[in-house]
Amino acid sequence: MAAHLKKRVYEEFSHVVQIPHEEAPAKKVRLSKPSKSAALHIDLCKATTSTDALQSLLQFARKPVEVESVEGVVRILLEHYYKEADNSVRLKIASLLGLLSKTQGFSPDCIVDDAINTLNNEKSHQVLAQLLDTLLVIGTQLPESPAVRQRLIEMACKHLSDTYFGVRNKCLKLLGCLGMMDTSLTKDTEGQGTSSGGARDIQSIISDYFGDQDPRVRTAALKAMLQLHERGVRIHEIIYDQACRLLSDDYEQVRSAAVQIVWVLSQLYPESIVPIPSSNEEIRLVDDAFGKISHMISDGSWMVRVQAAKTLGSMLQVSPHFLEQTLDKKLMSDLRRKRTAHERAKELFTSGEFSSGRKWADDAPKERLDTNTVNLIASGACGAFVHGLEDEMFEVRIAAVEALSQLARSSASFAEKCLDFLVDMFNDEIEEVRLQSIHVLREISTHITLREDQLDTVLAVLEDSSRDIREALHELICYTNVSTKECVQLALLELLKNLNKYPTDRNSVWKCLKFLGSRHPTLVLPLVPELLSTHPYFDTPEPDMDDPAYIAVLVLVFNAAKSCPTMPALFSDHTFRHYAYLRDSLSHLVPPLRLPGNGLDLVDSRCGSGSVESAQLFLQQSLNRVSTIQNLEAPGAQDLLNFTIRDLQRLGELQTELAGAADFCATYLRCQLLLMKALQEKLWNMAVPLCLKQNVTATAAAQQILEETYKLEFLYSGLESRQVATIHHVRLQARALQLILTARSRQGLEPLIGSCERFLQDIESFQRLFLAELPYLQDSFVDQLLELLPRLSSCKPVELVRILQSTLRQSGLLQLPLPEQIHRATATIIEPTGESDNPLKFTTGLVVALDIDATLEHVQDPQNTVKVQVLYPDGQSHVIHPKPGDFRKPGPDRHRLITQVYLSHSAWTEPSQIEVRLLLAYSSSSTSLSSSPASRLGWSDSIDGLPPPELAVEGTIPFSKPVKVLIMPKPARR
Amino acid sequence: MPEIKVTPLGAGQDVGRSCILVSIGGKNIMLDCGMHMGYNDDRRFPDFSYITQNGRLTEFLDCVIISHFHLDHCGALPFMSEMVGYDGPIYMTHPTKAICPILLEDFRKITVDKKGETNFFTSQMIKDCMKKVVPLNLHQTVQVDDELEIKAYYAGHVLGAAMVQIKVGSESVVYTGDYNMTPDRHLGAAWIDKCRPDVLISESTYATTIRDSKRCRERDFLKKVHESIERGGKVLIPVFALGRAQELCILLETFWERMNLKAPIYFSTGLTEKANHYYKLFITWTNQKIRKTFVQRNMFEFKHIKAFDRSYADNPGPMVVFATPGMLHAGQSLQIFKKWAGHEKNMVIMPGYCVQGTIGHKILNGQRKLELEGRSTLEVKLQVEYMSFSAHADAKGIMQLIRMAEPRNVLLVHGEAVKMEFLKGKIEQEFSIDCHMPANGETATVQTNPSVPVDISLNLLKREMALGGPLPDPKRPRTMHGTLIMKDNSLKLVSSEQALKDLGLNEHQLRFTCRVQLQDQSPEQETLSRVYTHLKSVLKGFSVQLLPDGTVMVESILIKVSSSPEDPDSKTLLLSWSYQDEDLGSFLSSLLKKGLPAALC
Repeated sequence: MAAHLKKRVYEEFSHVVQIPHEEAPAKKVRLSKPSKSAALHIDLCKATTSTDALQSLLQFARKPVEVESVEGVVRILLEHYYKEADNSVRLKIASLLGLLSKTQGFSPDCIVDDAINTLNNEKSHQVLAQLLDTLLVIGTQLPESPAVRQRLIEMACKHLSDTYFGVRNKCLKLLGCLGMMDTSLTKDTEGQGTSSGGARDIQSIISDYFGDQDPRVRTAALKAMLQLHERGVRIHEIIYDQACRLLSDDYEQVRSAAVQIVWVLSQLYPESIVPIPSSNEEIRLVDDAFGKISHMISDGSWMVRVQAAKTLGSMLQVSPHFLEQTLDKKLMSDLRRKRTAHERAKELFTSGEFSSGRKWADDAPKERLDTNTVNLIASGACGAFVHGLEDEMFEVRIAAVEALSQLARSSASFAEKCLDFLVDMFNDEIEEVRLQSIHVLREISTHITLREDQLDTVLAVLEDSSRDIREALHELICYTNVSTKECVQLALLELLKNLNKYPTDRNSVWKCLKFLGSRHPTLVLPLVPELLSTHPYFDTPEPDMDDPAYIAVLVLVFNAAKSCPTMPALFSDHTFRHYAYLRDSLSHLVPPLRLPGNGLDLVDSRCGSGSVESAQLFLQQSLNRVSTIQNLEAPGAQDLLNFTIRDLQRLGELQTELAGAADFCATYLRCQLLLMKALQEKLWNMAVPLCLKQNVTATAAAQQILEETYKLEFLYSGLESRQVATIHHVRLQARALQLILTARSRQGLEPLIGSCERFLQDIESFQRLFLAELPYLQDSFVDQLLELLPRLSSCKPVELVRILQSTLRQSGLLQLPLPEQIHRATATIIEPTGESDNPLKFTTGLVVALDIDATLEHVQDPQNTVKVQVLYPDGQSHVIHPKPGDFRKPGPDRHRLITQVYLSHSAWTEPSQIEVRLLLAYSSSSTSLSSSPASRLGWSDSIDGLPPPELAVEGTIPFSKPVKVLIMPKPARR
Repeated sequence: MPEIKVTPLGAGQDVGRSCILVSIGGKNIMLDCGMHMGYNDDRRFPDFSYITQNGRLTEFLDCVIISHFHLDHCGALPFMSEMVGYDGPIYMTHPTKAICPILLEDFRKITVDKKGETNFFTSQMIKDCMKKVVPLNLHQTVQVDDELEIKAYYAGHVLGAAMVQIKVGSESVVYTGDYNMTPDRHLGAAWIDKCRPDVLISESTYATTIRDSKRCRERDFLKKVHESIERGGKVLIPVFALGRAQELCILLETFWERMNLKAPIYFSTGLTEKANHYYKLFITWTNQKIRKTFVQRNMFEFKHIKAFDRSYADNPGPMVVFATPGMLHAGQSLQIFKKWAGHEKNMVIMPGYCVQGTIGHKILNGQRKLELEGRSTLEVKLQVEYMSFSAHADAKGIMQLIRMAEPRNVLLVHGEAVKMEFLKGKIEQEFSIDCHMPANGETATVQTNPSVPVDISLNLLKREMALGGPLPDPKRPRTMHGTLIMKDNSLKLVSSEQALKDLGLNEHQLRFTCRVQLQDQSPEQETLSRVYTHLKSVLKGFSVQLLPDGTVMVESILIKVSSSPEDPDSKTLLLSWSYQDEDLGSFLSSLLKKGLPAALC
């Protein structure tokens, strides 16, 4: 019967198709709609074959459509849709409909009816699937209208019984994306009438398809369920059983999705109780899920294994004894009724039904145990992590290591247990895994104290040839606790060995010893005489102060001595001297010590004096003082500025926390000072023709201010838009000054017109960028200019210059708001040190590689901005872009650049020095404010229309001290 | 009921001499053809007379499959093919084909040249035998003949080791050979898809062992070697030339490099060089790490490991020597062992399994005095260590493979009987499937239930689908009407009309008629309407019609009322239904026989 009905509907439809075909209502459409849709219409009408039509549609899809014309286009497309006999064209139209309804500002509720209508009449499965996709887009565009959603959901339910998997897939997706908790649906009565009437909710409909014959549909159903969960719908607990069954599906994508859903449920209902099959016992759902997912770590497909391993890490509610089983393979099927017979299980574990394979013939079968008992969890779950950690694919191993770390962080006892396994991972064959496990161990190291044998294994890795591994290990040692003084000694010895083998690790080893010392003062104390090789009766020779190993020992001892007041008594005289020296030269590694006698303790009194708050106060006061400048006479004002700048600089040196802010303010004030000086020169009072010569200082000042503003803008991070506005304001003043000076130099009107126009553009872009900040700039230079803007843009250049001159001279100093957190980008080149006297020799014309190792602080996006500059003695300079891979990120706001630059030059007669420095590249188009207009156009490739960013100024700021390297290109020998 | 028969000629409740006969779907296949390490007489080779007393084996076997190149899996191959006689195809993977002849040649040399045996296969025979080999690729389905197909899966264990799926029609057997479920330094882990074979023939060398984590073992091994070297002792590691040896080499090589050790590592026997060459070549068969890094450096190009010369054994100072064979039953490893056994500083590490009867087995069991040939005894003073490095799956791995493949039956071979018994219990308990463990010469029979494919006409299928629910549920069987035609060795299911047309037969209607006597005074017409109302009330959901010509139609069943002239009180209901409506018809007749409800009277 139903089939009959459907047929009738189709027949009716085919009539509907015919009629508009005859009428050809093209004219009407063309009249009312914009030209774009009309063009499309013509194209489509012209197309004789389906390929042509498809071609024109494809072409059409490349261009964006304005919001106003979307609806017209949609109508035309629909019209053609009805006419079109070819499936592929209909498919394309359907996909275009979806794309169009995504257009921003277009509300697709007007095409819902049409889309549903087409859906009802469509026969081709592929097109149906595409149409459902379109509906999904429409539905997601209309989150506010439950009625439309309801209709769409009903449509989806109706088509769920389609025979083509794609249609079912899309239906499920739609249900997942749009379905709501409260929608209870009356199952469509068309299909199977009375049998299953009544309200059903969306979840049970979706879960029906967990048992679909097509694995793709099963996956889609699971994904839809996950989608529901992501949208905040609470998934029913009943699904758990079904999901668990899908864990043993034949297809990996199903299993992978099932793992996710089981995980979701375990997070939603951790405390529910589920029965263990074939027994009368029950366990918590999260434990059960944990067991099942652990089981998946021995799955056949590595994708599923990765998924499972990742998921395990986030199941923190699991009971500790389940957790610990994942580290023990031997419990397999030994563990029975753990809750009721805890002790027996433990005994079983120690007796061991299985042999370990470590000893020969310990596997002679013993007395058979009670085999009637049930397994509490699936036996495959035991030793899940042991399996995961020795998996074939390193992806799985990494995921397992990560999961271990997450679980260990939340459970101290587990951390203790997994220590051995993590330490074992240090011997993995893939470096990435080794590195990851070192990092993980560092993260959980607060929970654990390393035993000597473990430390031994850990330290063996110090000999690794990879620098990353060694440095990660140094970090780890910084954070670890060790238990005995032997451990400290062992660590020191190994670190010194490391230092000997890889001298470049110097800094990192020292730092490591600093932490080791300050963590274990009491363990270091008994070692001190030995470490410093002092003798109760004899004077020992004074060690060489330049020996990095000796410095390393001292760093350890001094840091330990900080919290161990009895230690300095053991020092010999030269140790005190060395302390004073190191305290000065390596102050970041050597802490202030309270030393007895001859005033040595005074050295360090300076440090604790000024707290950050008082410094902050001082900074604020200085700035306030500057704001009174308007009231002062010119020379007084200049003096005040000079003093303040000096104060701020000194403050920056003293208080490292405020160095950024102080520097920033000082630079800003210097700009003001320069501007002030330039404006107070005598030249302004002179007649134009006379002042050609005197221009020089003012021009230089303008140029310098410009440079300083770029530094202000790009070298400091943490700026707020007010500060940026202030900086831009100063820059604008400098530009005005430049303009006036050009005008005075009178090199013809032509360049003047150009620069005037550019200046006006600058003002406009300033206004555009800092619209929100304008209220704060009351009575400033720019404020006055903006008032005059209509006049400025219409007047002649000469007049413009005159106006500018007067406004500029009247404008006062703009108060600088002090930003909260401001940091100056800095770079230090660690390598090369610039101390070497041996020139780097190479043959002329060939290249030589120079290793560069630098730390960068507070640099945003260093991959794109940091460059290396090489300056040759003849003034030649090269700028080298390091590869993105050369940057590592050891900590927040900290980067490390380890790269090689290639040098080459023609022959020199003597070795000579080249300079290497780091540059920070900037471009004014990428203002540190991310206010670039987000011109999101709904269509994919429509960037070609964007105008080029106007007046982008690009440049570089050197931000590291240059390092000199001696090189010697030798002529090639014949 | 069709059957699959499995008969181990070797490796049944035993390790060594793997040779298993399988007959499946009328095909006979020999899986592996190995020799036994523990014997030097006729027991060394499988008893081929089981197959045929005299004459060649060719007509009795459809194919021979060799899982990997270890001698206990391929050692008897030339003997079987050349001396007993077999000309059919022999299947093995490419690496196995490359390395197998080297080992066979070595084996021949030791037996013939050293021990002076006669009546052994010759070099030429090995060559001839190898000519019969057809190479296999992983996951490639090879059609042996029209019905028999085989497919190889990766098995780990050694380079080129494979598990084989043998399939005839819908019956299938998987033979694992030796396999390893945990990856090691040079090979990956065994993998099989969910092929659900009827029988899974699995090795069970480590049936009662669950090994510690691989990393633990590696660390222990390195530590033991390192300690011994630091003491100045000599370390002997008996290995089989290929397989474990390469793994341990990589392990030691990297360790030496990392720890910057200077003590020499030697590798005995010349055949290693040749074999290492193949390891370098068959990179695709190795593990992820080696596959990824071989472009920079092939891991099998050793820096620290040098070739061994017999004179080195007397050199002073520490050294590590890998020597063959692995069970200390003959050859160089035994010679070196004899030299070093007297000193307690030295150490022997047995990295693998030792067959009963070998010296390896004896010393592992704690025997400190060994009797050698020629009535001399040897005092064993050196340390004996055992590290389970041999790449067989442990109990957990075996279970894991069973879980992966989901077989209907498991058959254990290649293990000791007691241990098998234990594992058998575990398997039956955990998977509730049958598990067999036949001894040598004993036949295990497995009943199969092969599905018979039938072609169904599309029209019929569509019609059935239109009638039934929305989608066929794969989990539930469904009945459908049709005609099964068996013609020309093929089965076809078509609709009955189609069948009639095809066969050129006329359709015969089969109708049942039935009379039901009814006591009722009312006239015919009224009785009819009463029957109508009664049926209408009982049969909801069926179409019940009262036709003007004096009949009641229930679906297609006709009911008429006639009264006999002699007795106006008793009416006769006439029911008539066709064969298709048998269910409804018989229901109606029994319903009406009960009479009409009194309330209606």
